[in-house]
Amino acid sequence: MPMYSEKVMDHFMHPRNVGTIENADGVGEVGNPVCGDMMTFYIKVNDGRLDDVKFQTFGCGAAIAVSSMVSEMAMGKTLDEATAITNRAVAEELEGLPTNKLHCSNLGADALHKAIENYRAKHAAQTAGGARND
Amino acid sequence: MRRVYLDHAATTPALPEVVDAMQPYLTDRFGNPSSLHDEGQEAADGVTEARARAAKLIGCLPEEIIFTSCGTEANNLAVKGLAWARQKKGKHIITSEIEHFSVLHAARTLEKMGFDVTQVPVDGNGLVDPGEVERALQDDTVLVSVVHANGEVGTIEPIADISKIVRERGIVFHTDAVASTGTIPVNVDELGVDALSLAGSMFYGPKGSGALYVRHGTRLTPLLDGGIQGDGRRGGTENVPAIAGLGMAAEIAGQRLQERHDHLSALQQKLEAGLTAAIEHIQINAAGAPRLPSRTSVSIRFVEGESMLMFLNMEGIAGASGSSCTSRALKASHVLIGMGCGHELAQGTLLFSTGEGNTTEDIDYVLEKLPPIVARLREMSPLYTKFRKESG
Repeated sequence: MPMYSEKVMDHFMHPRNVGTIENADGVGEVGNPVCGDMMTFYIKVNDGRLDDVKFQTFGCGAAIAVSSMVSEMAMGKTLDEATAITNRAVAEELEGLPTNKLHCSNLGADALHKAIENYRAKHAAQTAGGARND
Repeated sequence: MRRVYLDHAATTPALPEVVDAMQPYLTDRFGNPSSLHDEGQEAADGVTEARARAAKLIGCLPEEIIFTSCGTEANNLAVKGLAWARQKKGKHIITSEIEHFSVLHAARTLEKMGFDVTQVPVDGNGLVDPGEVERALQDDTVLVSVVHANGEVGTIEPIADISKIVRERGIVFHTDAVASTGTIPVNVDELGVDALSLAGSMFYGPKGSGALYVRHGTRLTPLLDGGIQGDGRRGGTENVPAIAGLGMAAEIAGQRLQERHDHLSALQQKLEAGLTAAIEHIQINAAGAPRLPSRTSVSIRFVEGESMLMFLNMEGIAGASGSSCTSRALKASHVLIGMGCGHELAQGTLLFSTGEGNTTEDIDYVLEKLPPIVARLREMSPLYTKFRKESG
């Protein structure tokens, strides 16, 4: 097995916030089966903050641990704070990842950011739509 | 904790008889077989005995065996050595898509040196069609190398049919029999080959032991130039303990071949029937082809191999996978992709490879532990969620 830190193993064996959110405010999907990892993040936004974050992951131990850690780091943050979560910060929180698994940490933050973008795009469309209706 | 080792495709444990056969050549009979004195002769006798044992297992003459450091060296020596010795005649060689990397990458190196390489495709069961090989033959083809049994999915290729076509044209034929030797009958005349690779560590011999059979009179350029060891075809002082160990492993393999086959076949049937019954949406790879009794490659949809292997390892089960994440190169198994398995399924592929030490209880244990692991990972799989939504 790859040399994973205790923290990675903990998140792999007991992933936090696994699941989906019905009527999520934002959904972000990244990855493909060729690279071997796929992640979907679901967010619920309340008052500009991430009220709930859930994820599903198809992938290796690192991919699962990264998604779990990202969900934990993002929970309760403002959208701007969550957007500022970097791949590097995720890897650091996990006490490091094997070099050939660093790309997994990129996917985690990317999926979260995509969910936030999705929320913002929907929100902007709603606002714009509302304006037209007036 | 209980450990169930199902990764004999990676390596096998050395038998106690093998260890006993090796031990004297590390201490009392430490001589160099090339030396003329008694110490040297004792070591030379050990090599001679091992040579005869290895030759007996594959039905060749003792002098047709060249000992190497492993299966990879044997394959490199075969592919490069046979091609180099014929390059004035032509620079085209043929292999298949599902060769071991020691054949594929040796061929790639030859390509960089100006050779042309054709890789014949395989069907969904991993079988090479002899007709495809025939169509790939050119006037300048000097070597064809097709694996005897694939180490990952276990497909046994129609080597006798392929070699007949190739050798009728006067072209040299090599087969990589690393995965098959010691598990199923391997006979150089029945297979009709000019060269054949084997590795001791695949049939309960030591790591660091391999051999290349080269038919009498077949020209070969050495990889390792040196002294007269291996009749000048492989320089370097012989690794006498490893050679003695390989010889003993070959001797025992010859005695136990039928017993091994029956035992492993029973385990294979039990495992595959059990997996199919216990887990939905799976496929046993190469199930429609003649296969090694020691291999079960199973693709499990919606989940990824490394995470299954990690949970299995925590339960005491050692297996392997064809997924990108488990390969250092981060690429899915070229064998599965060559068989048209598709990336998603390849990512969820587990390889269980049994050995003579495994029991039916080992299989029961896997059948007890794996299904909940799959269920747990499917629960967190976006692919499974999508599948359930789509299928209502």
